[in-house]
Amino acid sequence: MTNALSKLLETRDWLLADGATGTNLFNMGLASGDAPEMWNEEHPEKIHALYKGAVDAGSDLFLTNSFGGNASRLKLHGAEKRARELSRMSAEIGREVADASGRTVIVAGSVGPTGEIFAPMGTLTHEIAVEMFHEQAEGLKEGGADVLWGETISAPEEYKAAAEAAALAGMPWCGTMSFDTAGRTMMGVTSSAMVEMVGKLKHPPLAFGANCGVGASDLLRTVLGFSALGPETPLIAKGNAGIPKYVDGHIHYDGTPELMADYAVLARDSGATIIGGCCGTMPEHLAKMREALETRPRGERPTLEIIAERLGGYSSASDGTGDAANEPRPDRGRRRRRA
Amino acid sequence: MADEDDLILSDLDDGELVSQMHDDLYDGLKEEIEESVNILLERGWTPYRILTEALVSGMKVVGDDFRDGILFVPEVLLAANAMKGGMAILKPLLVETGAPKMGKMVIGTVKGDIHDIGKNLVSMMMEGAGFEVVDLGINNAVEKYLDALKAEDADILGMSALLTTTMPYMKVVIDTMKEQGIRDDYIVLVGGAPLNEEFGRAIGADAYCRDAAVAVETAKQFIARKHNQLAAG
Repeated sequence: MTNALSKLLETRDWLLADGATGTNLFNMGLASGDAPEMWNEEHPEKIHALYKGAVDAGSDLFLTNSFGGNASRLKLHGAEKRARELSRMSAEIGREVADASGRTVIVAGSVGPTGEIFAPMGTLTHEIAVEMFHEQAEGLKEGGADVLWGETISAPEEYKAAAEAAALAGMPWCGTMSFDTAGRTMMGVTSSAMVEMVGKLKHPPLAFGANCGVGASDLLRTVLGFSALGPETPLIAKGNAGIPKYVDGHIHYDGTPELMADYAVLARDSGATIIGGCCGTMPEHLAKMREALETRPRGERPTLEIIAERLGGYSSASDGTGDAANEPRPDRGRRRRRA
Repeated sequence: MADEDDLILSDLDDGELVSQMHDDLYDGLKEEIEESVNILLERGWTPYRILTEALVSGMKVVGDDFRDGILFVPEVLLAANAMKGGMAILKPLLVETGAPKMGKMVIGTVKGDIHDIGKNLVSMMMEGAGFEVVDLGINNAVEKYLDALKAEDADILGMSALLTTTMPYMKVVIDTMKEQGIRDDYIVLVGGAPLNEEFGRAIGADAYCRDAAVAVETAKQFIARKHNQLAAG
């Protein structure tokens, strides 16, 4: 256990992660459609400010500005050859901010999805995915990231590829999936299926969990699904600050700092160890979350009803786990599958 | 076991074959679908009847199960691919025989948005339901949408956005359509992870579609309504 995150986890029973990257950068003037990763080079001071905003608000861990820093995503901006370099820069700026904080702050190298669909329906293969993630991982490692951090992943194949890439780079890693489709990921993975998948990985993550998705309530339902199975690996909860609403020509997330403070405490009671936000979570939310985690006592494991009462209702009646998962698929009267 | 499961498609009567095709679509078996389409053609079925009774109705089950959380994206992609195999055979024949058209959709992600998985899914499902789809790809400015609607003589405009920063652009497109007096000439459907019904109403779209299956159902309803209006008028 020589890595910084494992050491920190030995001394603390909860950690505050960071909030939104995109929402913050858009507020700083990033234009829709532009690659945020370019700012690592063009506007390092803004990326510095992004990280510092989270650290000053009390985050123990923040993700680097490298979510779309893989060759497949950067290709949309003609920068597919710069994955390693742009990822390295994101971590270098992160290292500076973490080292200047005067306490232990973990730099987590963000690794987002490739945006491609796996073969046979799409063009992505395991080998290509591993190669892309590995390239990015080496850049993040060179830049001084403490851990790699896969996030917003929906395909199990992609999660496994991220694990393998981390192993190739000799890096510890964490990985979260996005459960945005009736409690499952877009590719149909349930919270319980993720626990099972993580348990079988050769290079398991230091922590795993959920990020983004629908609202804070849905995300906690997913965390309850993880913890119900009692995995030994620490759990991560990074939910959105409520749900985006359209008001007078722009979008804002309806989750207030107070709601996110409640969310943070409920996440801890639900079994999460690393707790942060995702889209719409700004430094003012993080500060309230920190305060709540520090001052409010641990409570009982919340029920789904309590979460809905405190944070709002769910996007779907079931999340595909428990009884629903055991029901056989309707018999389609399949007569055969020809050899 | 394998021998018992063996099934010769051409031995089935029409009714059995159509049910089998529904199952094969559900299971994403492209070659079997292609073979069955050819068998029905040989038996004298019209291309339009094969399209509606065998393929579109089979894909409806897939769409319903996707909507109900029984099937997920990977299975739906496979089913759509099988459907596409059948459509490739039928398409030229449908044109030749002047079969009635389901409708035509122009679709693309809005300016600033490069996330296209959702849009691709809708395209595939719409094609699976028998619609013609003109896919404009990612990052579309208002002119691009409007030019394509006109050039393609489309019925439906589909706009997709994954980002909260790009979804307001849908309103720009709809407002421009209003300014040009063409808003009511088209059915406007919007979709994307951060959207919701309230947003769809606020920007003046005809409907927000939660997922690809809902998009297909909504498109069918609006097209039927349009046909009824034409018939009445």
